[in-house]
Amino acid sequence: MATTTTTDFASPVPSATDNYLGNEKGILSWLLTLDHKRIGVMYLFSVLASFALGGLFALLVRAELWTPGPTLPRVDADMYNQFFTLHGAIMVFLVIIPGIPAALGNIILPLQLGAKDVAFPRLNLMSYHVWILGACFMLLSLVMGAADTGWTFYTPYSTMTETAVIPAAFGAFVLGFSSIFTGLNFIVTIHKMRPKGMTWFRMPLFVWALYSTALIQVLATPVIAITLLMLIVERAFGIGIFDPALGGDPVLFEHFFWFYSHPAVYIMIVPAFGVISEIIPVFSRKAIFGYKFIALSSVAIAILGFLVWGHHMFVSGQSTLAGTIFSAITFLIAIPTAIKTFNWLSTMYKGRIHLETPMLYALAFLWVFTIGGVTGMFLAVMSVDVHLHDTYFVVAHFHYVMMGGSITAFLGGLHYWWPKAFGRMYKESTSRLAAVVVFLGLNLTFFPQFILGSRGMPRRYYNYLEEFEGLHQLSTIGAFMLGLGFLITAYSLLTSLKKKFDAPANPWGGTTLEWQTASPPPYYNFATPPEVNRGPYDGYDTLEYDEKIKGYVPTKA
Amino acid sequence: MADSKAPSSHDSQDSHGHGLAHTTPVWLLVGILLALLFLTVVTVGVTALDFGADGNLIIAMVIATIKAGLVVTFFMHLAWDKRFNALAFAAGVLFLILFLAMVVADRGEYKPYVDRYGEKYPFKLK
Amino acid sequence: MTDTTSETPKTSGTNGHSAPPPSTGEAEASHAAAHDHDHGANGHDHGHGKFPHLAHHFDTPQQQFDAGKLGIWLFLVQEVLFFAGLFCAYTVYRAQNPEIFVYAHYHLDTTMGAVNTCVLLLSSLTAAWAVRNAQLGEKNKLVVNIVITLLCAFAFLGVKYKEYSHKIHEGTLWGHHFNPEHELWELDSFKGKHPEAAELAEKISAIQYEGQAKPSRGNDAAPKAEPVAAVAAGTSPTESKERRIQRLLMKAPEEAIHPLVAAGIIKHDVLSTTGLERPPTAHIFFGIYFFMTGLHGIHVVAGIIVWFWMLTKARKGQFGPNYFGPIDYAALYWHLVDLVWIYLFPLLYLIH
Repeated sequence: MATTTTTDFASPVPSATDNYLGNEKGILSWLLTLDHKRIGVMYLFSVLASFALGGLFALLVRAELWTPGPTLPRVDADMYNQFFTLHGAIMVFLVIIPGIPAALGNIILPLQLGAKDVAFPRLNLMSYHVWILGACFMLLSLVMGAADTGWTFYTPYSTMTETAVIPAAFGAFVLGFSSIFTGLNFIVTIHKMRPKGMTWFRMPLFVWALYSTALIQVLATPVIAITLLMLIVERAFGIGIFDPALGGDPVLFEHFFWFYSHPAVYIMIVPAFGVISEIIPVFSRKAIFGYKFIALSSVAIAILGFLVWGHHMFVSGQSTLAGTIFSAITFLIAIPTAIKTFNWLSTMYKGRIHLETPMLYALAFLWVFTIGGVTGMFLAVMSVDVHLHDTYFVVAHFHYVMMGGSITAFLGGLHYWWPKAFGRMYKESTSRLAAVVVFLGLNLTFFPQFILGSRGMPRRYYNYLEEFEGLHQLSTIGAFMLGLGFLITAYSLLTSLKKKFDAPANPWGGTTLEWQTASPPPYYNFATPPEVNRGPYDGYDTLEYDEKIKGYVPTKA
Repeated sequence: MADSKAPSSHDSQDSHGHGLAHTTPVWLLVGILLALLFLTVVTVGVTALDFGADGNLIIAMVIATIKAGLVVTFFMHLAWDKRFNALAFAAGVLFLILFLAMVVADRGEYKPYVDRYGEKYPFKLK
Repeated sequence: MTDTTSETPKTSGTNGHSAPPPSTGEAEASHAAAHDHDHGANGHDHGHGKFPHLAHHFDTPQQQFDAGKLGIWLFLVQEVLFFAGLFCAYTVYRAQNPEIFVYAHYHLDTTMGAVNTCVLLLSSLTAAWAVRNAQLGEKNKLVVNIVITLLCAFAFLGVKYKEYSHKIHEGTLWGHHFNPEHELWELDSFKGKHPEAAELAEKISAIQYEGQAKPSRGNDAAPKAEPVAAVAAGTSPTESKERRIQRLLMKAPEEAIHPLVAAGIIKHDVLSTTGLERPPTAHIFFGIYFFMTGLHGIHVVAGIIVWFWMLTKARKGQFGPNYFGPIDYAALYWHLVDLVWIYLFPLLYLIH
């Protein structure tokens, strides 16, 4: 094994009192826990609940678009605006941003580092509590007359609308701090808590991805915090910085907003890259191809991601000069992203590919993310963007990246680490079926939107021309298919929780450290602190599958 | 704690002086305060002189930056701290400058449009 | 130190799980105040007999201190970028509408700003000194330095309170609340710096409001709107008023006109000036001023809370060569609050 740790692979299931799920009981032992795994689990279920809520709004939006004009009873255009705003705000701030880093990352990162915990367990818990507070404000906005500004809160509309913008913006403001605390914690953990022998280039790629993400979280999120605070103050007191009615400049808000929100899309996608980089070598039984390039391209994306925010503003009053600069830098982002994709493909080349659920999601990711990424390049061209801006083409593009990229990778990671986190195996056939349904539903939902957009269907519209009806209906069918896929996934995962612990320590044959402790891990993660003497993806040939425990064990010499 | 090199690979360098980090002597601390107070007097005094609107602003910012540099280097021990901490802080300042520069530059570029609008619809506080 | 490391999990294993000692049992886990209690429900922070303040997941005090230090620096980076939005708004408006900054800064009291700068600098010294005291385990000196830091913080807020209440009284507020009691040329700060300009402005305003009561506060739009309306109507007395203002301006020396142009009180194109007016977006300065100083003030208040917390810890004599991190982190935060003010002072008060 890659470490000197000796885990008893033959009897992998720890006793009820020793594993982190069972060592303490009662609701407070969860809410006041300092254990990164428990905090991660709480994040996970909170994020999944938000995902269900955000998904519900998505289905409402899609159902409303079944026919032009009013479709659902009692849903008028204003309410439709609130639906898509809530869908966007919930999915962005409550689901995708915390999804992989705070939920999966919290559970897995210290395990992959062989650490007992993150560097600041109390800060970690506080980050979760802050998240809950932010989520409460989001829900408060829902009750108080949901905002209808779109998740972007653009001024001057957001200073004029009658709806509850302040609670929603304050919710996002608070959630930002939760994200900052998580990022800060991860950076310090990665710097200071690595085990003996784990140099920077022996860290798993998921850790590299979380590190890059954390850099963005710490450097960009405070800007959205102050921007939203300024928006709140603008609305509440009228200070006139963004409000043209007071002599302010609304374009300034867009700059402020996108200075964070463009890097934020990398907060959403870079951890997904990390998950994919974990899954592909394991299920190809082959060391990852181009480790250093994948690791450093994450950092490159994180840094370049700061220099491109203006490509959201090509037609919003930004100057042509700035647009040209931003457009050129946006093209550059394609380079590190393509490096990753090619390396993943090269990893699979001549590998022994196992098509278990996590790998199905990883393959789906490659397909969907490539479409999303390449259409992003179309939009980076200023002259093309002038035509496609604010059409369904943009909607399709970012759903292919966010939904198709981040959520697919999140689901892949969830299935990959589910046995580790909860000690139970889900039913493989059900989950595979769900993965296929999700993949098909996803393409059916969003591919027609590319066509709609290129034909001029504007986004965020309640009504549309009759010629678009067929494509809209295809998209709506796809959305419900997606919903069905998620229901099957939820069924498969949740029913597994009712079983006794049955997951082996290493069900997939992974070589990173988290597979070298029991499933679920004991409270202190490792019986003895691991030491590392080789790369994270070396040594697939030192593992063999043991039918008896249904998991991988070191090859007997 | 000289023997405190942990078995893990955290990037600790040898610490100087007492305990876990460098200890700053009192004379240095007081000296820095005196320098800061002196610079405060200078920056107030210099506003009485006319170097043009930009000139005065630049002088004020240079003095403020010297003061900030003194605080960061000595009061905040960055002179003796781990280099990564300094790098992190520098990165923060760099991104601040990047943000500021791009936004201000762009605002300068689209100013004519705003001005034209302002001439057409002069702004007046109600 | 390797000994401690390999020992830790064993110790923790027995403490935390198989045989929990009474002090980490269930009763305490459900205790609402568990966070107040350093030995939380999960038994964090135990298992290091030699270093009572070493948390269980760290191997050595050095590792714990370095982690905390990196953490606080990253937090400060976050703070810098948090303030970035306001500095950016400031820079944009200063670059595009410099006259409102010139106009508005006369409404600020430089002396108070300078006093506050010195107060904060002094508190920075005591904060840095407190770190030294904590490192050397000088308990009494540490307490004294923290107390002085706290006193400075309160003094700062006191001065800020005086400034704010003065502005509320003067009506120099943000947005629609901007309704100044005194015009620029009536301010001592303006008169002192540009006596000729103040005199000229006085004369112009005398002509401008001749035959009408000077518009009282609350009648916002009046000062400039009425003469302009009269001009439009083409009435002869106003025309002569306009000509008299022009004659005054033509005779006036450059040093009288320049400050008024710079402050946006008269037009850049002096010959088209028909009267005095405030720069129309002057209120944005006060929006930025109150937001920036207010946010900074909130940080000072947060700092006070932190220092009180440190004071209680210091009085218990918790700090020494192996454990002074919290004082160091608090001081670093406090220095950042000082740093922000070091820039705010010239940007808001010292405009030429």
